[in-house]
Amino acid sequence: MQRHLISAADLTRDDAVLILDTAEEMARVADRPIKKLPTLRGRTIVNLFFEDSTRTRISFEAAEKRLSADVINFSAKGSSVSKGESLKDTAQTLEAMGVDAVVIRHGASGAPYRLANSGWIDAVVVNAGDGTHQHPTQALLDAFTMRRRLIGPDAGIGQDLDGKRITIVGDVLHSRVARSNVDLLHTLGAEVTLVAPPTLLPVGIETWPCEVSYDLDSTLPKSDAVMMLRVQRERMNAAFFPTEREYSRRYGLDGDRMARMPEHAVVMHPGPMVRGMEITAEVADSDRCTVVEQVANGVSIRMAVLYLLLGGNEPAVTHPRTEEK
Amino acid sequence: MSKILIRGAKVLGGEPQDVLIDGGTIAEVGAGLSAEGAEVVEAEGKVLLPGLVDLHTHLREPGREDSETVLTGTRAAASGGYTTVFAMANTFPVADTAGVVEQVWRLGKEHGYCDVQPIGAVTVGLEGRKLAELGAMYESAAGVTVFSDDGKCVHDAVIMRRALEYVKAFGGVVAQHAQEPRLTEGAEMNEGVVSAELGLGGWPAVAEESIIARDVLLAEHVGSRVHICHLSTAGSVEIVRWAKSRGIAVTAEVTPHHLLLTDELVRTYNPVYKVNPPLRTERDVMALREALADGTIDIVATDHAPHPHEDKDCEWAAAAMGMVGLETALSVVQETMVDTGLLDWAGVADRMSVKPAQIGQATGHGRPVSAGEPANLTLVDTAYRGLVEPAGFASRSRNTPYEGRELPGRVTHTWLRGKATLVDGKLT
Repeated sequence: MQRHLISAADLTRDDAVLILDTAEEMARVADRPIKKLPTLRGRTIVNLFFEDSTRTRISFEAAEKRLSADVINFSAKGSSVSKGESLKDTAQTLEAMGVDAVVIRHGASGAPYRLANSGWIDAVVVNAGDGTHQHPTQALLDAFTMRRRLIGPDAGIGQDLDGKRITIVGDVLHSRVARSNVDLLHTLGAEVTLVAPPTLLPVGIETWPCEVSYDLDSTLPKSDAVMMLRVQRERMNAAFFPTEREYSRRYGLDGDRMARMPEHAVVMHPGPMVRGMEITAEVADSDRCTVVEQVANGVSIRMAVLYLLLGGNEPAVTHPRTEEK
Repeated sequence: MSKILIRGAKVLGGEPQDVLIDGGTIAEVGAGLSAEGAEVVEAEGKVLLPGLVDLHTHLREPGREDSETVLTGTRAAASGGYTTVFAMANTFPVADTAGVVEQVWRLGKEHGYCDVQPIGAVTVGLEGRKLAELGAMYESAAGVTVFSDDGKCVHDAVIMRRALEYVKAFGGVVAQHAQEPRLTEGAEMNEGVVSAELGLGGWPAVAEESIIARDVLLAEHVGSRVHICHLSTAGSVEIVRWAKSRGIAVTAEVTPHHLLLTDELVRTYNPVYKVNPPLRTERDVMALREALADGTIDIVATDHAPHPHEDKDCEWAAAAMGMVGLETALSVVQETMVDTGLLDWAGVADRMSVKPAQIGQATGHGRPVSAGEPANLTLVDTAYRGLVEPAGFASRSRNTPYEGRELPGRVTHTWLRGKATLVDGKLT
């Protein structure tokens, strides 16, 4: 594995399976009465968030604390960043305080890449979402959720997602989640189909390792998992689609459409959902929807990533699995 | 002024000849000229060109003296073999009045490294709404004949039409920065395969091409000439080729960086590659080279755009757009056009001196290397190959995309009306 986690495209199949397997170990920690490992004791991790994202920040923070790391949360709002301090100066300031890893969320595509590759700092960099570029831990937790649901927590160990048919629906153009998922799912052997109105697909998408369709209904019966992306209502003001209602009618997932999916197929969503827009309440609250599971899995995945990047030479779990419960 | 004998130079890349400069003029060109009373410059193996003319330079003064001044910019120009630069109007304040253009013109004259010909803004404050006093700038001491809102497009079709018409009264030309603003909102790089992957805002080729198509038709309709700045796409080449075949008075420029670099470099997210118009694809690069060779594109212009270090040492979105180019232009043209066999040195002289001087009406520049002509000359060691070292730049800024890249050719001497501004690669 590379030293930083910037893009899902940087992961090999074996890297990704190792992370998923490690996350499976981490998930078992969550089932214990004391949900804590000493692995990163004495290591300091800063969550450097230039963009509001309470969910992702809390998920990372939970993962860091379960690994016993010291956690610093840095939110750009009300900080020196709003007074014009640069990313470089902010990062160097934090590193001078002895930070081992920087988890960064930034509105500018490529900011984590710059942070990791410009010689500004030495710390490990984990991308927690940059602009419309990448969100690799989201892709990993999605793949983890798929493997658990479609193969099984134990049966899945060591496995990839070979031959699984994954459909991703919505605002692909503005979505770092879609980009990361296409890269990772392809690496794991899945067959990905992106579904969106043509206005919400980027020019240049033809080289991506996936299929593209404008028609949701014909894709649903051939899907093992359907991932709905959030669609911001404001997009209609920039003429990406005529109205919210028309978008919902053509690309929203409701009960009727869900019924066209195979029995075993699951519905996923990276959150936050816009109920009534891309997904109806009926679907969001159904057993087939994995949204809450994805949140739980996010903590396990982020534990696995931080463990592998920061503390990989110690065993992940101090007790063998059989001792639990 | 003393005599200088340039001995054994390949004039425009041809047979070795001696060139005798007397005062500000070329006195004699021929074989075996007498060196008597003259300082001798041994030029065996080197190529002698007319002093280069850059129709598109940002000198940043007044207003952004932290990135460049008329002095540092003209020193950079002399280092790169230039004897004239046209200074773009997007300064602070904008060069949209006779006062500002005269100031820039005077500073150039005082420093004496290279002639500075200011470009006037087309519209007040580059805002695209109201014509600037174009006639007053023409009548000023600076004698402005080239007008441009460069950095911004004159996007309103009526304003563009009026500007094209109005400058006919004094033989001016409008140089258009072709960028449809609505199609490029939030644009950060060429729109295509790479932008889709990197998640950076796309700058589609059609945003340039649609404006060029409109403007050549406007120029035809009102019987004006129009110049297209930094043409960057294969489609733009097709449109200009069509317009020329139709007899429309259009000229076009290409930058050195668009002849060499592609948007693949943006994968590094290093803002040194952030420029407007953006780096395009390999296919565009090849079309631009071909168009420069066949004359569809008339000239090379640097779009030298200095920026302070902090404006590039940051994330892509926060970075300024632009690259310095005066000190590397000739090397890049040698690499992309001469060493590839697309253009000979006479062709380089045409595209980098003769034609830009004609378009900008730079009197005394872009002239033949022959007796009686002004001694504006550039001597190039074309056999040289070396790494680009920004630390050695005369420009105040270092934002070059070529750092550490090996490029051919080195300007060793530049003469401005017989006065050496560069000797053995060192500024005088």
